[in-house]
Amino acid sequence: MAAPSNSMSGSGPEQKARFASNTTSFQKKSRSNFISIPGTRPSVQNGQLIVSTGVTSLDYVIGGGLAVGTLLLIEEDKYDSYSRMLLKYFLAEGVVCGHSLYIASAREPPDEILQELPAPILDDIASPRSEEAQGKLGDPDGQDSMKIAWRYQNLPKVQTALASSSRFGHYYDVSKAMDTDMRQAAKCTSFYLPDEVTHSSAAESSQMNEGYRALLRSVQGAIHSQGFDGSTPQKSRNVLRIGLQSLGSALWGDDICCSESPGHAAGLTTFLYGLRALLRSSLSVAMVTVPAHLVQSRAIMERVTKLCDTAIALESFRGLDTEANPLYKDYHGLLQVKQIPHLNCLVCEVPDSKDLAFKLKRKQFTIERLHLPPDLSDTVSRLSKPDLAESAKLLSSGCGSSTPGKKHLDF
Amino acid sequence: MFSELDSILDISPENCPQREFILLSDRKADASFLIHYFLSFYLRAGCKVCFLGLVQSFSHYSAVSQRLGVSLTQAREKGQLVFLEGLKGALAVLLEEEPSPSPQKLAFLRSPHTNLRGLYEFVQGSLMAKGEGDKWGPPVLIVDDLTVFLSLGVRGGAVLDFTHYCRAFVCSKLQGNVVMLIRGEEEESDEEGSEWLLKGLTHQCSLALRVEGLPTGYCRDIHGQMEVFRRVNGSCVGGPKTQKNLFQYKVHDKGASFFARGTSSAVL
Repeated sequence: MAAPSNSMSGSGPEQKARFASNTTSFQKKSRSNFISIPGTRPSVQNGQLIVSTGVTSLDYVIGGGLAVGTLLLIEEDKYDSYSRMLLKYFLAEGVVCGHSLYIASAREPPDEILQELPAPILDDIASPRSEEAQGKLGDPDGQDSMKIAWRYQNLPKVQTALASSSRFGHYYDVSKAMDTDMRQAAKCTSFYLPDEVTHSSAAESSQMNEGYRALLRSVQGAIHSQGFDGSTPQKSRNVLRIGLQSLGSALWGDDICCSESPGHAAGLTTFLYGLRALLRSSLSVAMVTVPAHLVQSRAIMERVTKLCDTAIALESFRGLDTEANPLYKDYHGLLQVKQIPHLNCLVCEVPDSKDLAFKLKRKQFTIERLHLPPDLSDTVSRLSKPDLAESAKLLSSGCGSSTPGKKHLDF
Repeated sequence: MFSELDSILDISPENCPQREFILLSDRKADASFLIHYFLSFYLRAGCKVCFLGLVQSFSHYSAVSQRLGVSLTQAREKGQLVFLEGLKGALAVLLEEEPSPSPQKLAFLRSPHTNLRGLYEFVQGSLMAKGEGDKWGPPVLIVDDLTVFLSLGVRGGAVLDFTHYCRAFVCSKLQGNVVMLIRGEEEESDEEGSEWLLKGLTHQCSLALRVEGLPTGYCRDIHGQMEVFRRVNGSCVGGPKTQKNLFQYKVHDKGASFFARGTSSAVL
């Protein structure tokens, strides 16, 4: 069962190296079988090598984590605030685990994104690197930590957020920025479109425009030059985390946001196909955010989703009238899992419920199952009933998983 | 395994029908399990198979087939399977500076308004080639999936041409079978979109398996429903008729179970 497991990420040479490293026959099977890269672990379900997205509850929702060699699509919310946060979490997790990073943006220099990475809460020791970092960070925090109940201080608090039983990934404090030394220790390649593409050649025979072509070339170059394609010896293997911001927006020179039948309808999808080809043959994992609400043609958006492996849509309440609704007072927005990949097996991890919501606490982004607040008093409920009915309707349209019934059932 | 699907379709590896054009389609669900079913079925039946795998890597198909009891690597070495891995050759074609003069099988990736002629010639060449006599059964062409062509900017008309050529070559000339998957879109899109293509192909096919999500919404124990349309060339006066059946299904680790509507073990 374990044999075909991580064949997706690099296949041939890896397996040979694995057999070579098995010198004695008496070895614990579960651990020694996999190449151990910090921050990765084999998936419980199909043995695929997975990494954390940085948000523990998101890992749980998409079935344990992101498989190496796959692509996660995030459909941006209206102001790109929460999707940007997820991208930062994803990159910060890479910094903490010692992975290499690749950041591409057309809107702002990637260094700005890098400077805003959230600070990790390092209460456990995951890797030697984070141990050192904890030494630096630990002193100011140690002052106000509990002295009496010291054995309990590392226990997780009672949490409503979704999480798997075993710990994977780290927690972050979004109110603080990451330590500069830690950030600079990370190996990061950045791609800022205005710097890379200076002239646009109109006579281009390919489907992709100049920006996408340059980006694909640059990603390919990063993968080859840093040896993520399996050319390096097994000992120094590492994972490349690729974060691409707001693909498909007009800043990338794409016109799918501008008209319903754009001239380069296949530009983004062709790029994603090329990116998928790159990812599948290397030790890398990518997160792409797309302003889906701006894409005019739904058909194009569906094709984009199908070319990504995991797809998630964020819908924030900010600026909507639903924000004031009592039903939603605990949450900041809805989260919809659009697609979960089938990797090396017929079935995929199916969630119990697709009604999910996210909220941003003071320090942390979490995803929870959406549930209605309890109906406590008679009068209040009568007052707010039409209100709730209205929002229940909105909810069903937002999550798309319940019956598209228009009538509210009044018991 | 897929024994239930065998009996629904009334086929078995010993009794493999010929000249069928099987169309798989899905909407709000994933029909790729049917691709794996047909791939392992035809390999078990001893057919010569040409597989155009455009969406996933070879190792993915290989790992799933392993669970279904068929080894793709062995079949490839024996010459029974010709596997085109679209993702492998794609990058070189996408990023090359100068388009090569000779027509290639993946040339459609490169230029926008091209046809799929190179790919058809590849299919023709791989199914015509006879290595060691007539060792294998009727040839089979499997495509996973046609929607990728549209995503890569090939016109719907060109895709329809390609399927028509393939059907004429494989089904009529070589007495073989063709299986194609197309992923539907929820909304009717522009001209020559996926829905348009689906209509055109439904018109041609002899057997259509249409997979959909449940109309009542998401359920953990029932993954969706499958409609089976079969064109029956009856001898009665009424001429050709279509049979239609509807099943609900659940995909397992090593196969799928099919049941009549509302008779899921989770419900009863």
